[in-house]
Amino acid sequence: MTPFVKMTALAAPIPGRNLDTDQIIPARFLKFDRSGGYGQFLFHDLRFTPEGQERPEFILNREPYRHAKVLVTEENFGCGSSREGAVYALCDHGVRGVIGPSFGDIFYNNALKNGLVPVRLPEDIVASLRETLMATPGAEVEIDLEARIVRLPDGSSHELEIDPFWRECIMKGLDEIELTWSYMEDIRRFEDAYLKDIPWINR
Amino acid sequence: MANLPHSAAPRTMFDKVWDRHVIVARDEGPSLIYIDRDIIHEGSFHAFADMKRRGYSVRRPRQMFGTPDHYVPTTGREIGDAATAEIARMIRQFDENMDWGGIRSFRLRDPRQGIVHVVGPEQGITLPGLTIVCSDSHTSTHGALGAIAFGIGQSENMHVMATQTLWQARPKTMRISVSGTLARGVHAKDVILAIIGKIGAGGAGGHAIEYAGPAVRAMSIEQRLTICNMSIEAAARCGMVAPDDTTFQYLHGRPFAPSGEEWDRAVAQWRALPTDDGARFDTEVALEGHAIAPMVTWGTSPEDTAPITGHVPDPAGAPDAGRRESTAKALNYMGLTPGTPLADVAIDRVFIGSCTNSRLEDLRAAAEVLRGRKAVVPAMVVPGSTSVKRAAEAEGLDRVFREAGFEWRESGCSMCAAMNGDFVKPQERCASTSNRNFIGRQGPNARTHLMSPAMAAAAAVTGRLTDVRRLLN
Repeated sequence: MTPFVKMTALAAPIPGRNLDTDQIIPARFLKFDRSGGYGQFLFHDLRFTPEGQERPEFILNREPYRHAKVLVTEENFGCGSSREGAVYALCDHGVRGVIGPSFGDIFYNNALKNGLVPVRLPEDIVASLRETLMATPGAEVEIDLEARIVRLPDGSSHELEIDPFWRECIMKGLDEIELTWSYMEDIRRFEDAYLKDIPWINR
Repeated sequence: MANLPHSAAPRTMFDKVWDRHVIVARDEGPSLIYIDRDIIHEGSFHAFADMKRRGYSVRRPRQMFGTPDHYVPTTGREIGDAATAEIARMIRQFDENMDWGGIRSFRLRDPRQGIVHVVGPEQGITLPGLTIVCSDSHTSTHGALGAIAFGIGQSENMHVMATQTLWQARPKTMRISVSGTLARGVHAKDVILAIIGKIGAGGAGGHAIEYAGPAVRAMSIEQRLTICNMSIEAAARCGMVAPDDTTFQYLHGRPFAPSGEEWDRAVAQWRALPTDDGARFDTEVALEGHAIAPMVTWGTSPEDTAPITGHVPDPAGAPDAGRRESTAKALNYMGLTPGTPLADVAIDRVFIGSCTNSRLEDLRAAAEVLRGRKAVVPAMVVPGSTSVKRAAEAEGLDRVFREAGFEWRESGCSMCAAMNGDFVKPQERCASTSNRNFIGRQGPNARTHLMSPAMAAAAAVTGRLTDVRRLLN
C-alpha cells in the first residue's frame, strides 16, 4: 500500500445516488488479474460506448476533471457487490480519495485496505462542494490525514472522521495483518478455549 | 455458553454473538474478532494470489469451504460447457486454489455444488452463533440461522484465510419487526422488498439488522434466508433471525451440523442466543405484515419498489431535486412512462434463481402458479444447488417447469450476476427473482424487475407484470 499523509488534488463530482459497484466496475471485468491494471475498467459503461468510444458527457472524460484524484460522490456510493475490483479500478486510475455523505459498508472497508481514503462529510457540505466543483473546473481539495482535516475550495475546513487504527495503517502504508501477527498468542489462546465449546465446527 | 461474559444488562442476539468472538477489544476503533467460517468461490482468486505472493498458508482449512457458483455453466456440468475459455479458466483456477489451500470444496460435478449462500445452510455449514464471512455481499443470507454473516473484500478474505480473524468495528443494531400474518400470495421476497422500499437502499447503513415479529417467526428457514439475503440491499452490515425450533428442525441431520451428544450441547447453546427481554436496539422499524402486497421494483435500485397494484411513479412527485433526477434517470433506463399501471408493463423474459430465491420452496411456489399453464416469454429456472435440483426433480417440479415452457438448468448464480455467459439482452425486460436491479447488472442495458418466484411465474404466463393473487385458486 502506498502511504498517504496529505494531498491537495483536483476533484471531480460524480453524479448518482446509490451508485453501485456494478457501475464502478462491471462484472465482466472481474476475471482479470490485477497485473494488467484495473484503471481501464473504472466506470467502464458510463465512460465508454459499447464501441469503446469515450462518452463526452461523462465527467471523467472532460477536461480538467479527467485528471481528478479525488471524487466527490452522492449518498451510499459503492453500495452493492463486495467486489474489491471497484477499489482496484479507482486506485489504478489514480484516485486517492473519495468524499461523500455515505458509502457502501464493504466498499468503505475495501478502500481502507488499499490506501484509498474515504471521507464522510455531511450531506449539505458535500452537495455544495459538488456545485462548487462544477462551477469552477479545476478546483482543488486538500485531504490531510495527519491533521484529520479536509479543506475545500471555499476555504472551509472540516474534520476528517476516520478510525485512528485505519488512519495509522494508511499513513504508514501498513497492512493490518502485521499487527494481527503480533496477537497470534492471543488468537491461539482464544481458539483453544473456544473450540472446546464448539468442537463440531472444526471437523 | 461456557465462556460468555456475564453481564447484568440485557443484550441483543447480535451483541451475544459478537461478544463471544472478540479476541482483542480496543478502546477505540476495530476489535479483532474470531471468524468461524469463510466460504470461497471463484472470485476469491485475488486473495489466493496475495497469499501466495506473501508466502502465507491457509491457517485452518477445516473451517473453510469452497464451491464454484459465479462462473459455472448452467447448460452442463463439464468444464467444456463454460461459455468462454476465460470463464473455464476461472473454474479451473478455483479448483487449483482449493487444492493449494487444502480446502474442502464441492466442485462443478459434486452433487453438493451450488450457490455459496444456498450450500452453506443446506449442508449445515451455517450454524447459529457463528461468525461467517465470504467474499460476496449476499453473505448476509446466513444470518437467517442466527449467525453474524457478512460480505468481505479480497484483502479481508486473505486476512481471514491467513489468521482466522478480522479487524472489525462493531455496528449499531436495528430491529425490524413485522407484525401479524402475511396474506396469501405474499412471500418473504415481498416482505424484504417492502422493508427496503420503506427504509431505503442506505437505510440500514452501519447497522446489524435483527428481523423479528410474528410474521418472521412464522416463516420457514428458506423464507428467512430470502429476507436476510437482501439485508445488504438496505446497506446493513448483516441481517439475523433468532434461532428457534424451526431452525433446529431445519439443521438436524444436515451433513456438517453437530450430531449425537454434540447436537444436544449445541442446541442448549443456541437456545441462549435470542435477544434478551429489555435489550435496547439503536434503531427500531415496524411493518404491518397483513398490509404487504406482492411487490415489484420499477427502477434501478432495490429501494425502487411498489405494490403490483401501484403505478410507475412520476419523478415530479419525488421529495427533492436529487430524487427527481434519479427517478427520471431510472425510468429512462427502464423504458417506463410515469403513471403506467405496473400490471400493464410487458416483459420479455423470466429468470427464477439466485441466492435470494432458488431453494426448494421457491421452486414449489413458482410451480404452483405454473401447473397447467404456459409461459408466453422465454423463461428459465436455475436451482440454487445441485441438491435443490435433485430434490425438485424427485417431486416432479422439473416436469411442471418444462411443461410450462421453462428451461430447467444446472445450478449456479447464472443470470443474477451475469458472469457465466447467461445474461439478459440489451433493452430486454426481465422479471427476475434475483436481488439487484442495478443498471447493467443482468447484462449491458438489461432491464430488471425484482419480484418473488410466484410473481415471476405469474409474469411468465401473462407476459406482463401480474398480481399473482389473480392466478391463485
